Amino acid sequence: MRDVVDAIDTWQQRGERVAIATVVRTLGSSPRGVGAKMVVSDAGNMAGSVSGGCIEGAVFTACQQAIRTGQATLMHFGVPDESAWEVGLACGGTIDVFIEPLGTSE
Amino acid sequence: MQKTIYRRLRDAITREVPVAVATVITGDDVGAQVLIQPDQAVLSMLNDTALVEQLHQDALAMLLAGEQGIRTYGERQIFIETYPPPATIIMVGAVHIAVALTTFAKPLGFRTIVVDARGAFATNERFGHADELVHAWPDDALRGRLHSNTAVVVLTHDPKLDDPALLVALPSAARYVGALGSSKTQAARVLRLRDAGLNDAQISRLYAPIGLPIGGRTPEEIGLSIMAQIVAVRNGKSL
Repeated sequence: MRDVVDAIDTWQQRGERVAIATVVRTLGSSPRGVGAKMVVSDAGNMAGSVSGGCIEGAVFTACQQAIRTGQATLMHFGVPDESAWEVGLACGGTIDVFIEPLGTSE
Repeated sequence: MQKTIYRRLRDAITREVPVAVATVITGDDVGAQVLIQPDQAVLSMLNDTALVEQLHQDALAMLLAGEQGIRTYGERQIFIETYPPPATIIMVGAVHIAVALTTFAKPLGFRTIVVDARGAFATNERFGHADELVHAWPDDALRGRLHSNTAVVVLTHDPKLDDPALLVALPSAARYVGALGSSKTQAARVLRLRDAGLNDAQISRLYAPIGLPIGGRTPEEIGLSIMAQIVAVRNGKSL
């Protein structure tokens, strides 16, 4: 979280809405550990990372959806899946990522 | 994440004080969160008071142990994320080796605290790289500063100063405790520590003679060997 706080501050000062993606579980080889974060704004900005680049695209899309719907969701990446936003991991591990919108009201 | 939770989390992270956040990731109330800090009331978005109390206890224990991860509570899976204070090396004895250690520690991501009751030793001129200089007796200085992200390096060469520091550090949560001195010095020290009431498990976790065996002779080389050993312990290697 420490590495993405500045980005969140900057975006919120511009009035952008934000979603946070967090690695909550890893199995096998994975480039980022539990707790790694990526943040995305509705204006299309992103900071931080949740993998070596293999799932950032899908996580970016899910974050933008979370901002629109206000819903938090748990995503699983690993074994290739039929569903639209799940992708396989080249490194062979599996990663669970929790996606949540950052609230704008008290 | 609710704005009130984020604000408290951001504040704690910025001030580098310990904080944990528990987030429901499956089951009822997905996305609901509880923010936990030592010695403070919890900030909870969950209504189940028994669950909140359980999360409070578990999160504080995980914070102390430097752990985080998913736990299961009934039908819910809850991710407990911990933000321990930053990795810190506390040097007891503002000696030449400590000067070298503070220089190596910073680029490797450690905060440094140098403790020496002798004001002439722990000066800003000698320790420009140190984050904090503490002019106090070692045992007083260490109390309240030791957590799972702390390494304690005892360098005074004087049992009157080394021993009180070790008597506080070895039973604490500190991840690494090392002391300067030869094998002969160490053998005598073990007897004193045992007489002072430490048990074998506490005594055996002391790294002494301190540092990896790289044949270091200068203060800089010895500082490097200590730094490498602390990094190895941080990375879970036993050397």
